[in-house]
Amino acid sequence: MLTPKEIEARLERVLLTVQKPGRYVGGEYNATHKDWDAIQTKVAFLFPDIYDIGVSNVGMKILYDQINQRDDALAERAYLPWLDFEEVMRANEIPLYALESKHPLVDFDIIGITIPYETLYTNTLNALDLSGIPLKTADRGPEHPLIIAGGHTCTNPEPMWPFIDAYVVGEGEEVIHDIVEAVQGWKVGKVESLNRDDLLKALAQIPGVYVPSFYEVRYMDDDTVAEVIPLIEEAPKRVMKRIVAKLPPPPTNFIVPNINIVHNRATVEVMRGCTRGCRFCHAGFTTRPVRERSVEEVLEAATKAIESTGFEEVSFLSLSSSDYTGITELVEKVSERFPDEKLSVSLPSLRIESVSLDLMEGLKKRRSAGFTLAPEAATERMRRIINKFITDEQLLETATEIYKRGWTTIKLYFMIGHPSETIEDVQAIVDLSKKVLAAGRHAVGNKAKLNLSVGTFAPKPQTAFQWVSVDTFEQINAKQDLLKKELGRGIKFSWTEPEDTVIESFLSRGDRRLSDVIYTAWKNGAKFDAWGDQRRYGTWMDAFAEHDLDPTFYTHRQRRVDEIFPWEHISTAVHKKFIFEDYKQSLEGEIRVDCREQCFACGILPTFKEMRRENPGKGWMCPEVKVRKSVSKIIPVESK
Amino acid sequence: MSEAIPATRLRIKFSKVGALRYIGHLDLHHIWQRSIRRAGLPLVYSQGFHPQPKIQLASALALGFSSQAEVLDIWIDEDATWDQDALQAAAPQGITIFDIQEVELHGPALQTQVESAEYEVTLLDEISDSLLDEKLAAIMDAESILRPKRIKKKNRRFTTVPPTYDMRPLILEMKRIAAQQIFMRLTTQEGATGRPDEVLKEMGIPVEAARVERTALNLK
Repeated sequence: MLTPKEIEARLERVLLTVQKPGRYVGGEYNATHKDWDAIQTKVAFLFPDIYDIGVSNVGMKILYDQINQRDDALAERAYLPWLDFEEVMRANEIPLYALESKHPLVDFDIIGITIPYETLYTNTLNALDLSGIPLKTADRGPEHPLIIAGGHTCTNPEPMWPFIDAYVVGEGEEVIHDIVEAVQGWKVGKVESLNRDDLLKALAQIPGVYVPSFYEVRYMDDDTVAEVIPLIEEAPKRVMKRIVAKLPPPPTNFIVPNINIVHNRATVEVMRGCTRGCRFCHAGFTTRPVRERSVEEVLEAATKAIESTGFEEVSFLSLSSSDYTGITELVEKVSERFPDEKLSVSLPSLRIESVSLDLMEGLKKRRSAGFTLAPEAATERMRRIINKFITDEQLLETATEIYKRGWTTIKLYFMIGHPSETIEDVQAIVDLSKKVLAAGRHAVGNKAKLNLSVGTFAPKPQTAFQWVSVDTFEQINAKQDLLKKELGRGIKFSWTEPEDTVIESFLSRGDRRLSDVIYTAWKNGAKFDAWGDQRRYGTWMDAFAEHDLDPTFYTHRQRRVDEIFPWEHISTAVHKKFIFEDYKQSLEGEIRVDCREQCFACGILPTFKEMRRENPGKGWMCPEVKVRKSVSKIIPVESK
Repeated sequence: MSEAIPATRLRIKFSKVGALRYIGHLDLHHIWQRSIRRAGLPLVYSQGFHPQPKIQLASALALGFSSQAEVLDIWIDEDATWDQDALQAAAPQGITIFDIQEVELHGPALQTQVESAEYEVTLLDEISDSLLDEKLAAIMDAESILRPKRIKKKNRRFTTVPPTYDMRPLILEMKRIAAQQIFMRLTTQEGATGRPDEVLKEMGIPVEAARVERTALNLK
């Protein structure tokens, strides 16, 4: 494999022939450079899309920080080349390399791949291929890096099972250290004498780590899963996700990119998890419980982040900003601490209520950007089904107030394709949007603008809608045609192409057999599936045909209520019984209120009872668990 | 820009090397804004609806070139103190600050003060001294060298005959200084800026086969 010097020499000859060479050279402020030869364990974190998309990923930033805080380990970063540079890399035999030291990825001990969404699967294979690393676990030897993955796709790792040595289920802050130590414990003596299986066995015993090659899946005659069997004693029957009881101090020394990227700003995570229980929401089900940081800690982190980066914007991250207990205080204090008009502050995911307006107004600086509201559905029936309940009046009132207070553009976000949706429910999106715009024009005249964005729902594993079918092409087309026809002028409308929704759907709820499809699709040129203009639907369909599999088995099939899902040996601690009840309630149009008002026993608390007991207090939003006089035995984590 | 704002105008001389070679002009502006903010220096902003920090780079450097001679003017609060070491610590890898001087607040815009720029070019592919000398002489001996003008995309469809410009008068000086090494001094004025990559192209050398470094920026 090439040395960093050789890679740099080759880069010099080719970088000026590609677009935006700044993506490929590193050298950013706050990047960590350590002495390669003096460090025992080297970790490369890979985001399998281009630099412009990957740099702002917060999960990767957290892990980069965690590793670089250790004296015995270093972390570097790698991203995928865009098409033009990939061609140049392959033609000049430049392997995928890390930006800090320019070492090829194959030189690292561990490659940690962040896979937050399924349309990065083909890119992941491409990254391994560009690194010169065998794509499959079975083909790797002790000389190859350990390939681990994590991120939101970990709740159904099965479609990627043969490619990933170990999948981290849940939160990575602590488990990444366990993995580093397992690798250190294994890597003693000569490489030739090492056995990769020994390492994988050690990893399989770490809570929250899933080693797919130690499991066998048996299928029923109807192609659904019959059972998943651990092949070795060390592999648990069920892998429970890892969580941290208390959010550790957030990273503040963000990489400051030298070129413009998406989300070019500092980020402070104020809260993890969400108590609202929207039934379509994958993050809502899988990132429980809710844990908050204190206003002081957030403020301190924001200050440090701005000082250490010089960013002109800070974003407070959570799944639902309005639900953060200290939100009003935070906004007040931020405005106090940064009276300077040059800093902008963003609050994502605000609820549709006037309080949100007060918050935004507290932060509104020189620029009057748009205001986004996400009602998700336009009829009471649908809102009950998805468990996101607001009334039309609430929406109209809030929208009118937004226009009145000086925002000229509102962006409304809806989804089509929720279970049991009819064409009337879609028509209601049109009617409601028109009403919002009319109210705006009534309030402030013709300067009121409305952008309407309508996504298509793709059911996700481990959620209340994991049983349902995604809309067919015919259904999606009919609904989108109606929207295009009926909306008329004055409303700017954007939507998701049906092919994107279908690809996302079969990848989300696929089983192990899908890995062949992913491999073949990649082999035949599929990559950058998340980029609308790169997605190759035909290539995917050909790959299904080649392996004699039917994509509709994964997408357009209402799953049996007693079906064993391919991801059932992976647990997010939310009981299937609870999820099924939630699904049944959805069919009845029954609302489940915010679980801060009432605990519905989703399964988090029994699973993490000990942890909660040791961490009393308000940071963790679940009810407290009382300290018992004598703890006679450790309660097993397994629920079943 | 209201000239009424009291401010201190600083002229910073710096290098741009390493990874920053691949960073464009506009991005360099942002890099400086953020570096200055990290150093805690209060930049003066333009007034108006979209206030912009007042900073000026002397002359755009083409992507891929390094430089030992970049010049930047910044306007900071009148009473602010500045410290070269603090600014250096806040700058990314690839920028070395050589000098900071306070300059006349109301002097002309920095871009208009530039007269010429000097470059040293190292050719990465082997070429004999005699052949290189021949190529250089061919250019220096020519009376005029017509090169196609670069036209903005949006204007392209209005153009039937591709317009040209005369490159020769933009080359003030050019010679071989060592094996595979060329020195050039090119005019650098509005509407009359010589480009090293254009000169190389005329010599039949693609820009990726050369390492170009700006060694001086001559102000009026």
